[in-house]
Amino acid sequence: MTLKRMGRQTLYLPTAPIIYQAAAVVGPVEGKGPLKDHYDEILPDALIGQKSWEKAESAIIKRAVQIVLQKAGLEQKDVSFLLAGDLLNQIAASNFAARDINIPYIGLYGACSTMAQAMAVAAVFVDGGYAQCALAAASSHFDSAERQYRYPLEFGCQRPPTTQRTVTGAGAVLLTGGSGDISAVRVTHVTFGMVMDLGMKDPNHMGAAMAPAAAHTISQHLSDTGQEPSDYDLIITGDLGVYGLELCKKLLLDSGLELADNLDDCGIRIYDRNAQDVHAGGSGCACSAVTFAGQLMHELTAGRLGRLLLVSTGALFSPTTQQQGESIPGIAHAVAIQGPAAGGGG
Amino acid sequence: MPKAPQAVQQSYQQMSTRMAPRKPILRNMVAAFVTGGIICSVGQVILNYWIAAGQTTKDAIGLASGTLVVMSALLTGFGVYDLIGRFGGMGSALPITGFANSIVSPAMEYRREGMVLGIGVRMFTVAGPVIVFGLATSFLVVLVQQLLR
Repeated sequence: MTLKRMGRQTLYLPTAPIIYQAAAVVGPVEGKGPLKDHYDEILPDALIGQKSWEKAESAIIKRAVQIVLQKAGLEQKDVSFLLAGDLLNQIAASNFAARDINIPYIGLYGACSTMAQAMAVAAVFVDGGYAQCALAAASSHFDSAERQYRYPLEFGCQRPPTTQRTVTGAGAVLLTGGSGDISAVRVTHVTFGMVMDLGMKDPNHMGAAMAPAAAHTISQHLSDTGQEPSDYDLIITGDLGVYGLELCKKLLLDSGLELADNLDDCGIRIYDRNAQDVHAGGSGCACSAVTFAGQLMHELTAGRLGRLLLVSTGALFSPTTQQQGESIPGIAHAVAIQGPAAGGGG
Repeated sequence: MPKAPQAVQQSYQQMSTRMAPRKPILRNMVAAFVTGGIICSVGQVILNYWIAAGQTTKDAIGLASGTLVVMSALLTGFGVYDLIGRFGGMGSALPITGFANSIVSPAMEYRREGMVLGIGVRMFTVAGPVIVFGLATSFLVVLVQQLLR
């Protein structure tokens, strides 16, 4: 059997699974951000009639799954797998959403890298012929994350400028078997990242903890596939924020890769940093999930974006180990995507 | 992947510190001074009120602190105190109003986990250390005072 692998970390998907539909549901703050026209639904408030933030987050995932199935004209029984994750302990939001969804479920935890992780695994399942249809989803919620990782919401404290705001929302994408149709949005390669740790300990600067992992996965992906940075119209990281992205750029430059205009970050795009009180940008699983399922998917479908490398970044942060003096490891997974504008080949 | 060598870690940490924006220390200090000043002035007005109302100075001090705590708890409940804290930083955290905020906010946040395991257990997640070390310090001070007698 021939291995569908390239280099050390990259998988090549010869059937090029199709990203058939995507849905993005966001909270009210995100709904006021610059990408507001790309979301399928903007929630009026972050609790949406639920009794807790955790229940609200589960409801948001369910909503995203419902919308993506509706857009695709499919029912739950048509989908082979649901791969989903979030930031809560025991990935509770996804587990409890999956309780109400009749699709075999695989819960994933990759911190904020979960969207690319889920899409990559789903694409491999579809490419391998183990699924005709697979759903990948990820969510995060500002309020549920704050109470778990930081302080109670009403506690008055100042935030340093390097902090980021956890995005409230969920993104879901539906992958189906590829048919060689180059007018579809399709996944051609996936690169699973390694855990990188350069000893960063500041939970108020997660971008710095994740930047080495992002740079490593990007350069590994390019070398595995024998590509140059310019082969991509856009390489977009998940949630490095302004200062994390600068660090990532610098690390890539140090390893001989010069990325200029085609490197960006979902955490920077999702909010208007001048008008919204978000400091260094957005973060959370939903950051790359809704930016991809919203704006990027639209650009790909419309042919404005040909070749995209989505690199969701995760800080594998645990408040317990951090208090015990451990550093914050980072991880990044990459999904190479082509839209109709990319044409054939690749 | 194993952790990078110490030298690589150090040079990355230095680069990260160099490229991160500085905290706006002067702005934060001015905001803290103004916020803390306003809270203390309000406290003084309340103290004068209680004295004018016929309380002894000693009782009036206790009553004034209590009034500030109630005001802070109300502002926390109405979702205002965290905004004051975001602006004023230490200026709103240090006075007794900040202490009240640090107890009321977890009580609100964790009420969904129930009266005992939610509010009861987690009410002092933020203020707990202040109480523990406050008590320990006062014990030590009194101990030394008694020994020196």
